[in-house]
Amino acid sequence: MPVKKLSDLAKTIRSKNAGTDKITFDVIFREPDTYELVKRSGALSRTSVAGILRIDPARITDFVEYDPAYAIKFTILRDRPSGSPGDGDIFGAQQYAPFLDLEIDTTA
Amino acid sequence: MKSLKIICPNGHLGFAPLKRDSFLLGVAEKPDYIAADSGSDDIGPVPLGSDTCASPKAWQRQDLEEMLLAARKLGVPMLIGSAGDTGSNSRVDMYVEMIRDIARQHGLGSFRIGWFYSELDKELVRAKIRSGSVIEGLDAREALTEAELDGTTRIVAMAGVHPFRALLEQDCDVIIGGRSSDSAIFAACALHHGFPEAQSYYLGKVLECASFCAEPYGAKETVLGEITDEWVEVTAMHPGQRCTIASVAGHAMYERSNPFHEYVAGGLLDMTDCHYEQVSEKTTRVTGMKFIPAEQLRVKLEGSGRIGERFVGMAGIRDPYTIANVDAVIDWAKAQVHEQFGPDGWELHFNVFGRDGIMGALEPMRDRPAHELLVVVQGVAPTREMAEEVAMIGTRQLFYARLPDVKGTAGGVSFVFDEVLPASPAHKWTVNHTMAIDQPLELFPLHTAEIGAKVPETTHAR
Repeated sequence: MPVKKLSDLAKTIRSKNAGTDKITFDVIFREPDTYELVKRSGALSRTSVAGILRIDPARITDFVEYDPAYAIKFTILRDRPSGSPGDGDIFGAQQYAPFLDLEIDTTA
Repeated sequence: MKSLKIICPNGHLGFAPLKRDSFLLGVAEKPDYIAADSGSDDIGPVPLGSDTCASPKAWQRQDLEEMLLAARKLGVPMLIGSAGDTGSNSRVDMYVEMIRDIARQHGLGSFRIGWFYSELDKELVRAKIRSGSVIEGLDAREALTEAELDGTTRIVAMAGVHPFRALLEQDCDVIIGGRSSDSAIFAACALHHGFPEAQSYYLGKVLECASFCAEPYGAKETVLGEITDEWVEVTAMHPGQRCTIASVAGHAMYERSNPFHEYVAGGLLDMTDCHYEQVSEKTTRVTGMKFIPAEQLRVKLEGSGRIGERFVGMAGIRDPYTIANVDAVIDWAKAQVHEQFGPDGWELHFNVFGRDGIMGALEPMRDRPAHELLVVVQGVAPTREMAEEVAMIGTRQLFYARLPDVKGTAGGVSFVFDEVLPASPAHKWTVNHTMAIDQPLELFPLHTAEIGAKVPETTHAR
């Protein structure tokens, strides 16, 4: 099965605070073909995100396919507000790494 | 066709300096306004709670100086929102004083400055709660309780366009805002000239982060926005950057949970049906935005509460057996603090870098730690002395942890330095809520003064 990594297909994979209580993830593609391919593959979904981050799916507040920017975007609730003592990532900027190696079935 | 141009040189003024070359190219386009936001809640709760800045004064002053000199030369207004990272009263006063100082230094001719405050008296919020006006939680938070209010050190209200518009109507040449919705700073200028709400708020939304709406990536470069009754166009000023359909549409996603909706005090900008068109190499035109006025005027509140003083220690681990049992090592250190200070009245936090220090419980690879770890220890307590001792016990006792099968019995961790370091007091975001208000200006007292001329200061509070 021809499988590619998400990082080989996407132009941008990033995470960042969305306010004090959430982290939002953007996966942005350069062209519509790869965007549609990844959407079709179903590899990115509320279920898969919850599985990768090992969280209750209820913590995913938004999951949006944003056609104007060829982007898939999802947002999770933090387990504590940003910058509380013990928070390892005040900006939420390094939470995307587990999605880089996500496997995408390109025959989908 | 009537149009208006605004340039934005920096998405968070002061946090890193603006890039001068593209700013001067923007100024050469003869904009009608120069504006920037200087705030963010990204920086965590410490600056608001302790009434400090996250940005160095020199960088803030440098950007204010560039913007003020350009604005006075062009004879156009300059607007700054969320002064000094947090928009607290002391940060507004500091920016107003910087403007006075820069004007003096450069011998600028007379101009009018306006400013407004955003800080909120906790008792006003308490009175609202007691009157039955619910302070509604955002992002899955419960309604604000008096107990949470008691644990809050400082609250700011997020201004919409209203105080900016009021000060523009008073012919202010420079406006320094307390905490503000970043899009409102720009929208206020467009609304002041009678442009429609949808286009005005979109203009603000697209400009607020400066070159983050352009590609290739490069922060702190100036972008130019132009508005008419029908469309908004945005143009990158840096010679190597372009505003493309992808970059402009993509910016609508940045730092927000939903790319279609932007809430401000007074309504909702709906970008669901936005249409993007590349009209020239560096310029994208946007149409189709909508604005839905709110039925009730609610403002967002941000509040930070002090938890305690804080010290930080660090310890390294190389022994694979100790790495595999790092949680037991941490438990040992916690138990020693417990023994010394009892079960509560202090906090210890451990971030284990090399395992899950960045992602914590979200880390999928936390059962595959690296061959060496760094444990960052934070001790929090009511006084500096106690916080130092909590952090010291929490760090040094990692060295003495008793693991049954450890071979190295001369010390369980490595130290880069055998000390703990003072850190900023620990704070927490206690308020991320909205509050109903009756009058759009009731939380934002306005002030104006003439600079460069001997006219007494006037006050237009509430």
